[in-house]
Amino acid sequence: MNAVTTPATARELTTYVLRLADTSLVLAQRLSAWIGHGPAIEEDLGCANISLDLLGQARLLYAYAGELEGAGRTEDDFAYLREECDFLNATMAELPNGDFGQTIVRQCLLDLWRLELFEQLTQSTDMRLAQIAAKAVKEIRYHGRYSSGWLVRLGDGTDESHQRVATALVMLWPYVAEWFAEDALEQALAERGVVPSVAAVQAGFEARLAPILRAATLTRPSNVDYRWFGKRAQHSEHLSHLLAELQSLHRAHPGAQW
Amino acid sequence: MYTQGLLEAPPKAASAVEDSERMAHFQARIDAEEKIEPKDWMPEAYRQTLIRQISQHAHSEIVGMLPEGHWISRAPSLLRKSILIAKVQDEGGHGAYLYSAAETLGIARSELIEQLLSGRAKYSSIFNYPTPTWADVAAIGWLVDGAAIMNQVPLCRCSYGPYARAMVRVCKEESFHQRQGYHAMLSLARGTPAQQRMAQDALNRWWWPALMMFGPPDTASQHTALSVRWKIKRFTNDELRQKFVDFTVPQAQFLGLTVPDAQLHQDEDGHYQTGPLDWSEFNAVLKGNGPCNAERIAERREAHAAGAWVREAAIAHAAKRAARAVA
Amino acid sequence: MRPSVPRVQSLKVYGAIAMTLPQDWALYEVFVRAKRGLDHKHVGSLHAADAAMAIEHARDLYTRRQEGVSLWVVKSADIVASAPEDAAAFFDPAEDKIYRHPTFYDIPKDVETL
Repeated sequence: MNAVTTPATARELTTYVLRLADTSLVLAQRLSAWIGHGPAIEEDLGCANISLDLLGQARLLYAYAGELEGAGRTEDDFAYLREECDFLNATMAELPNGDFGQTIVRQCLLDLWRLELFEQLTQSTDMRLAQIAAKAVKEIRYHGRYSSGWLVRLGDGTDESHQRVATALVMLWPYVAEWFAEDALEQALAERGVVPSVAAVQAGFEARLAPILRAATLTRPSNVDYRWFGKRAQHSEHLSHLLAELQSLHRAHPGAQW
Repeated sequence: MYTQGLLEAPPKAASAVEDSERMAHFQARIDAEEKIEPKDWMPEAYRQTLIRQISQHAHSEIVGMLPEGHWISRAPSLLRKSILIAKVQDEGGHGAYLYSAAETLGIARSELIEQLLSGRAKYSSIFNYPTPTWADVAAIGWLVDGAAIMNQVPLCRCSYGPYARAMVRVCKEESFHQRQGYHAMLSLARGTPAQQRMAQDALNRWWWPALMMFGPPDTASQHTALSVRWKIKRFTNDELRQKFVDFTVPQAQFLGLTVPDAQLHQDEDGHYQTGPLDWSEFNAVLKGNGPCNAERIAERREAHAAGAWVREAAIAHAAKRAARAVA
Repeated sequence: MRPSVPRVQSLKVYGAIAMTLPQDWALYEVFVRAKRGLDHKHVGSLHAADAAMAIEHARDLYTRRQEGVSLWVVKSADIVASAPEDAAAFFDPAEDKIYRHPTFYDIPKDVETL
């Protein structure tokens, strides 16, 4: 069973799939910077594993977006040859790593949101999306275990570590707003059962987050009315730097095979 | 492994008080191809030689993550990015396996890392060369990992059990490294003129340093004899270097690249003979005057220092939980 | 230069109680079951601050290529081992008890089901 019945729905779904793919890619790019620089060798390996999973998700999703679009674009065309204003990742994914604590807070928030989202996407009426989600869920469950384990250790560790992650949580919290501000596209897809309702995802996210914050002795910040959303291509200043680096070699050799 | 030829002063001779009977028993066990295990009696010089060699090897893996790791963010396709992450990750894994093996000799990992960061410990000089282009990533996989495998395979039969077992694991994974490097090189060699130029340039820069990875010529290597007798080392530097050259020259020819050695020729036995190696360069890099020595250590120091609060917090958290469990 | 012996440091971590903490995370030994039906086999060690971390590190360090279906980790300090110098007393006495092995018994060929 496939949800795509008209060109209009194909366009909507393409956009949605690109949002998911871009978030995976951008987060993988950020996280992979820890390889060789983590607080312990074992952590370098952990971050590398998560990056690899995220890249794998991005590649599957780009491949699907390319099929939906039907214009022959490949995963690398999507990743390397689009501009900053074409990227639709959630803004939080593009924010700098900061210290390990900030990376962990960012990772944990994104993991819990994406875990809930992808779990619900396994029920999508779009078979392909449901299949990709089913594979990703197993990965994200592990990511969430890793990041929430660390968030608890750092939150309930030393005074210094607590302070660092508490500050990061406040700094990153405004970017959660984007995930739960349903737009017309999400609404239309949700009505057809292609994607879950944003409200259902939010409820699941909050339920997952609460016990972790409690164990980490952290307080959930109040919601902030932040409305510049990466999914609408309204990004922070950081994304263009990230893309400049990511795309530099590929763009320097147009058409080359690697 | 990335360490051969780096061992500095030979270990102090076994002290005379060491029981000659135990020594004879130890040597007999090695001669019978039995493994030495962590809790067995061993001459102090054997222990020190192994600690130095295994930790140098581990340090080389950890420092070796950096030159290639700098290209993860710019890898030219998503597939190459995935491959490179997996490869650099493996190097971290190899470092961890090897630190584990060294720890069985009674030295803590924190002490070994301290030796690296303070500059007291050596790591392979090859990682003090820069990776200015993507082709360097390919060349490292092909040549540096290729040379490493040549060195490492015999170590799977090393007399010290934990080192031998770690090396079995390392070698299994390492062959992926060399193949992915050659594969990436092949794509460049068959690519655009700019890519071909990049590939040739990388071969020009990595060829000689790769040959020097096998360590000084046998005539200048002081401690090969003892290491061979103890079966820590099974082939001499020159034997392994020759094998590497014989394997690699045809691979370069297949790529359509030119080995940067005007004197390279095949002798009547079919072996490729190279021109003379510039050991003064090797020694300069070894002494710390290579293009990237200072940067590499600075980068490791920075990461270690930046992670201190994280490591402490994890220990503090574990202590709190333990205290709560008792309460 | 910092001292090179295993260091300890004091950290105030739990209310007013000052604790002495080791510098390294604890050493754990890792055992992997390669597939169902096989024993867990020792593969190496790693460092971790707690058991949950040790299991995750074991997964990331020792099963990157699907080497296992199950993991055990145990603190190295908790392993009790026989001493090499006891090996003769422990294991040699079994050497002459050849009657423990099935091959010791010569059974006439006509007895087919034994």
